[in-house]
Amino acid sequence: MKLKDIIKVLDAEVLCGEHLLEREVETGFGCDLMSEMLAFANSHTLLITSLTNEHVIHTAEIMDAVGVVFVGGKRPAKEIIRKAELNNIPLLSTPFLMFKCCGLLFVNGLKGCMRDATQ
Amino acid sequence: MYEGRYSMNRPDKESESKPQLKLEFKIGEKDFSVAGDAASKVKKTLQQLGLKPEAVRNIAIIVYEAVMNVIIHANYGQLKVIIVPDKVVVLTEDTGMGIPDIELAMKEGYSTAPLEIREMGFGAGMGLPNIKQCSHKLNIKSQVGVGTVLEAIVYLSSKN
Repeated sequence: MKLKDIIKVLDAEVLCGEHLLEREVETGFGCDLMSEMLAFANSHTLLITSLTNEHVIHTAEIMDAVGVVFVGGKRPAKEIIRKAELNNIPLLSTPFLMFKCCGLLFVNGLKGCMRDATQ
Repeated sequence: MYEGRYSMNRPDKESESKPQLKLEFKIGEKDFSVAGDAASKVKKTLQQLGLKPEAVRNIAIIVYEAVMNVIIHANYGQLKVIIVPDKVVVLTEDTGMGIPDIELAMKEGYSTAPLEIREMGFGAGMGLPNIKQCSHKLNIKSQVGVGTVLEAIVYLSSKN
């Protein structure tokens, strides 16, 4: 699944990174705990969150995330969008809330991150 | 691996005469942006040095969580990342409240962080367990009412 497909599924608005929408998304990780993302997210994952602070961008950068989806129509402040732009992290905003957003992506074939190989 | 790229190096009295690179950051109270900025700068530097992605990511996570801990729990402190050919040492030293029970603090889910930190996406009792998981060696020395020294080491084998 590519980012451009995810935009369609989530009826999402692209906040930045329009030139990066051909990126392939392997897994998704939805949560509002940055530490949890740092602990469990695989690389090249799509981060889904309702937080809009700068830690989301830094966490995405550290984890080599393919992009970030903000749920519930949320949008970060301009300087945070700018930071994502500088780090080549596409940002999307979907009107759907967390559960529906993750559900839609899952039924469309996006897999979750695995905590270990047995899951 | 990354030998021959020591143009950024400078001699250091503390070193054992090995070539090394040291990154230093000051950490102020409630200076929340320094954690992500430091992790980002360390990641970029390690990538430039040619370290493998897994080692880079582990070290960046250690830096992020360790600096967040200083910001959340201490008055001020500093971060040093020391890169020598066979390992990377992440060191934070702070002046602050200290950790009364390190074993308890290492437990996943145990946290004394205030609500405002949790709203930021941190302070859920994952910091120290994350650091432990990402490092090969972790030493924590703490004195209540004085401060804490954390040293995490990631060894760089030929694999990473």
